Amino acid sequence: MEINPITVEELNKYIKNKIDGDEFLNNVYVKGEISNFKLHYTGHMYFTLKDEKSLVKCIMFKSYTGYLNFMPKDGMKVCVLGSVSVFERDGVYQIYAKAIKQDGIGDLYEAYEKMKAKLENEGLFKDSHKKQIPMFPNTIGVLTSSTGAVIRDIINVSTRRNPNVHIRLLPVPVQGLGAEKEIIAGIQKMNDEHLADVLIIGRGGGSLEDLWPFNEESLARAIYESEIPIISAVGHETDFTIADFVADLRAPTPSAAAELAVPNISDVRYTISTYENRYKIALKRKVQLMKLRYEKCMTRRVFKEPLQNINEKYILVDNLVKKLSTDIIEKLNKAKIQLSKKATKIDTLSPMKLIARGYTITEVDGKIVKKSEELNIGDKIDLRYIDGIIKADVIEKISIKG
Amino acid sequence: MKEENINFEKAMQELEKIAEELESEDLDLDTSVKKFEQGMELSKKCNEILNNAEKKITILINGNEEKFDVNNEE
Repeated sequence: MEINPITVEELNKYIKNKIDGDEFLNNVYVKGEISNFKLHYTGHMYFTLKDEKSLVKCIMFKSYTGYLNFMPKDGMKVCVLGSVSVFERDGVYQIYAKAIKQDGIGDLYEAYEKMKAKLENEGLFKDSHKKQIPMFPNTIGVLTSSTGAVIRDIINVSTRRNPNVHIRLLPVPVQGLGAEKEIIAGIQKMNDEHLADVLIIGRGGGSLEDLWPFNEESLARAIYESEIPIISAVGHETDFTIADFVADLRAPTPSAAAELAVPNISDVRYTISTYENRYKIALKRKVQLMKLRYEKCMTRRVFKEPLQNINEKYILVDNLVKKLSTDIIEKLNKAKIQLSKKATKIDTLSPMKLIARGYTITEVDGKIVKKSEELNIGDKIDLRYIDGIIKADVIEKISIKG
Repeated sequence: MKEENINFEKAMQELEKIAEELESEDLDLDTSVKKFEQGMELSKKCNEILNNAEKKITILINGNEEKFDVNNEE
């Protein structure tokens, strides 16, 4: 028995006819999540509609896209109205969408938000836990695919900034189911064997499901536990993953990660040379300051005319001596005048002067008699004259009252 | 490798500290000269660390480390 084979074209045509003839498939309303969305330059939209278990290709022609009230995006949960048909050339069936309605946010996106909130509450994103990226790392550990633009960008930027840097690549898958397990193993190997001073975990951008390994809780915890500081460079600019939040530093692109990890060596050299300049200037200033202080000191009078002070003191002493001698002379003269005054007075009071004027002094045994009552009749007395003494006897006493 | 790193960062901090000390008015000339010499010595060391680093691009495969040529991986 012989079977006549049919062509592939015939098979696809047959299936297409079958499907096109199915009334149910002519008007389907399917819910799912958009991924791999592409807006072709012709204006047609191509995307995949998926749920946790399956996916189906979709196309929306330009003639319908004008009626959309939103721009479809990866991760959006939508309901698509259209017909199912077969694209004969590729042997695939797809939904030819006529209308799309937004249906809340996608499940994956929801899971992402939930995980983000959970880990944030646990404190995994806290700044206080973030480790400082070393200023001058010798070895940069890179966890990414060994092919593609990411590693090339990192090598280019790193070696441009520091030609002497050591880049140690540990190749890991960066997408697909279970990719996070190999990334975690890589982080642990780098830590256990101290293979790097800083780690870059990177991949290019992609849809939420492409980036999904970087949203896994186990990877977030491994990044948190790593003793080596980690820079995440997952996605491009606007795609944030959980890994980005928990990493010690987030770079918008792999090139930026390399810039953050590797210091520009000429900048570092320049910084060092500015210190040398600062030292030189500071020391020069110090010396100048000392010189200035010395000069200022030397302009002061004590140094300029050291004898001046002493001379001034001499004048002072001289003046004092002068004053002292005039004072003494004055005092001496005063005393002389007083003395001569007293001598004159004493002279006038001298008994000899009285005697010269005719008075006599009565004496008994050399003692002056001042009153008549001291004498008795018969006493022998001496009467002293200016020119001699007369001896006499008392013969009578006449007292005078008063 | 790790230790050299810390040294470099510490050295850079020390460079800043010395600069601040030297720029302060209080430091006498003798100490200033000493600090100046210390700072110049340290900056020389930093430059040496920079110059002595070695360029290497390596790939770890199955526990072995090999030279990595990005162009051969395409």
